[in-house]
Amino acid sequence: MKIIYKKPEPITKTHTTYCPGCPHGIAHRLVAELLEEMNLTKKAVIVWPVGCSVFGYYFIGTDAVEAAHGRACAMATGIKRVHPESFVISYQGDGDLASIGIAETVHAAARGERISVVYINNGNYGMTGGQMAPTTLLGQRTTTTPYGRDAKLNGFPLHVPEMLAAIDGPAYIARAALDSPQHIIQAKKFLKKAFTAQTKDLGFSLVEMISACPTNWKLSPVEAMERIRREVLPVFPIGEFKVAKGVE
Amino acid sequence: MGEKILMKGAEVIAEAAIRAGCMAFFGYPITPQNETPEYFSRRMPQLGRVFLQAESEVAAINMVYGAACTGTRVITTSSSPGISLMQEGFSYIANSNVPCVVVNAMRGGPGLGDIAPAQADYFQATKGGGHGDYHSIVIAPHTIQEEADLMFDAFDLADKYRIMVVVLVDGLMGQMMEPVEFKDWVDVKKFKTPEWATVGQGDRDHRNIITSLSILAEGLEKMNLHLQEKYRKIKENEVRYEEYKMDDAEYAVTAFGTVARISKTTVDMARKKGIKLGLIRPITLWPFPTEIINKRAEQLKFFLDSEMNEGQMLEDVKLAVNGKKPVYFFGKLGGVVPTAEDILKEVEKHIEGGK
Ligand SMILES: Cc1ncc(C[n+]2csc(CCOP(=O)(O)OP(=O)(O)O)c2C)c(N)n1
Repeated sequence: MKIIYKKPEPITKTHTTYCPGCPHGIAHRLVAELLEEMNLTKKAVIVWPVGCSVFGYYFIGTDAVEAAHGRACAMATGIKRVHPESFVISYQGDGDLASIGIAETVHAAARGERISVVYINNGNYGMTGGQMAPTTLLGQRTTTTPYGRDAKLNGFPLHVPEMLAAIDGPAYIARAALDSPQHIIQAKKFLKKAFTAQTKDLGFSLVEMISACPTNWKLSPVEAMERIRREVLPVFPIGEFKVAKGVE
Repeated sequence: MGEKILMKGAEVIAEAAIRAGCMAFFGYPITPQNETPEYFSRRMPQLGRVFLQAESEVAAINMVYGAACTGTRVITTSSSPGISLMQEGFSYIANSNVPCVVVNAMRGGPGLGDIAPAQADYFQATKGGGHGDYHSIVIAPHTIQEEADLMFDAFDLADKYRIMVVVLVDGLMGQMMEPVEFKDWVDVKKFKTPEWATVGQGDRDHRNIITSLSILAEGLEKMNLHLQEKYRKIKENEVRYEEYKMDDAEYAVTAFGTVARISKTTVDMARKKGIKLGLIRPITLWPFPTEIINKRAEQLKFFLDSEMNEGQMLEDVKLAVNGKKPVYFFGKLGGVVPTAEDILKEVEKHIEGGK
């Protein structure tokens, strides 16, 4: 019998802590598939964030460290600088990366740190119960924007890839989405380029993945995916924002 | 040991750390210790080692944390406001059991304070500073030569116990120049990646995870008990202090760092006047030399604790003396340095008062 679908080798047998319909699992799978395909599993150190994926090291079986909230890019920098042979991934949510950790992110990008960042944008703070994130859409209700996000009060959603593409350090910057099979296949292609940017020593790389939070959005998993296409992607368009020579 | 070199304290810290095998520096500029990172920035690239100026102290300590997770000898240096920003990282490092060295060249506070030498971060360094039940080993040299020697011990202790070691100095010790003799270079070619390090699993039959998290209370209790057991061992084995003219002393000054150095002059001045004064100088501020202070209380009439703060180590001295004898205090605030005469006057005042 020919195996046509299997658990990627780095994925552990531990049940995840994610809610039904949460795309963190999809993102994990993409990371794991690429680690296996690119033969990076044994070289990998993943820096896990504070957020719903705080236990990520139980689900992807590589060497791992658990960062303080927002500090993953700094910690990843520390590891990579003293141990360049390691393949260093920073996996972060939008609160972690774009709010409390935005300085560490921007400066890691500006320095062109040879790390690859997986940036999950689910439009809110999942772990703490659905508060506003820097990526929350205008008008979106969260537990701390009960009347909807008001630009005058809370400002505007932050477009991290567009910001980072304006600096010189990054070698690869893109935004993908995890809402549909086509987009997931595309997300993997983007992520592969991000990993390549590191293996080829070209610079910093980041792929934002538009994700969903059915529990806090108070939608079914299917409705949450529909909402991504209907409301989120028009504000956060999929695309590659920076592709250095050699990444292809 | 080599020949004597005339060097500034802040540069001695860097050179000693480099000779002790420090492979990476991460930090952010702050007066009065900028000469330390500047020195590292010149020397580290020459040796193929890492120097990185971080975007903030918050980032710097988390870079140190990351590097420490690989088992690499790593350091950051800063001064009081910068050290305040690092406290969250210290707490994570403590519960992750990774080794690193942090130098705090204390300046006057609170707030932006000033850039004059102070000792007002004693509480922060010895009692935690960040959240949770943790300690770092805290060592306080009182001369530039001792600074040069203790940097080696700082890295050894950090590795031995997988703990953060704080070298607590002040702005004065950074700016002062003195002849120093360095210990021999540590052979970094002999360093091996420790079995617990997170560098990628490679040929290991298991993977390594470094975390300060345990979501179940029982699990976190275990991690805490592990820390406490480690702290118990450190208290048992690593207490260091110096006694100066204590054998026949009737009175003792307790002081650390710069004030301890000044107090040696006070002791000499007192002795010339026939006053039997001695000095007990804690070298490790944590673990604190409680026992010797308690023992000396038997022979003494009183202690005078002197610091460049409002009386921080004073609390530990009092706990050690445990009510056996009076403990007086003389302090200077905001970056003002006491003179040997100032301290002697205080001693004499209390001798008079006791008559
Ligand atoms: C210093 C600090 N501040 C706040 C928190 C609380 N906290 C935990 S997770 C989180 C938000 C995580 O949101 P995000 O990064 O978007 O990830 P998600 O949970 O949505 O995957 C916050 C604020 C913390 N752990 N540490």
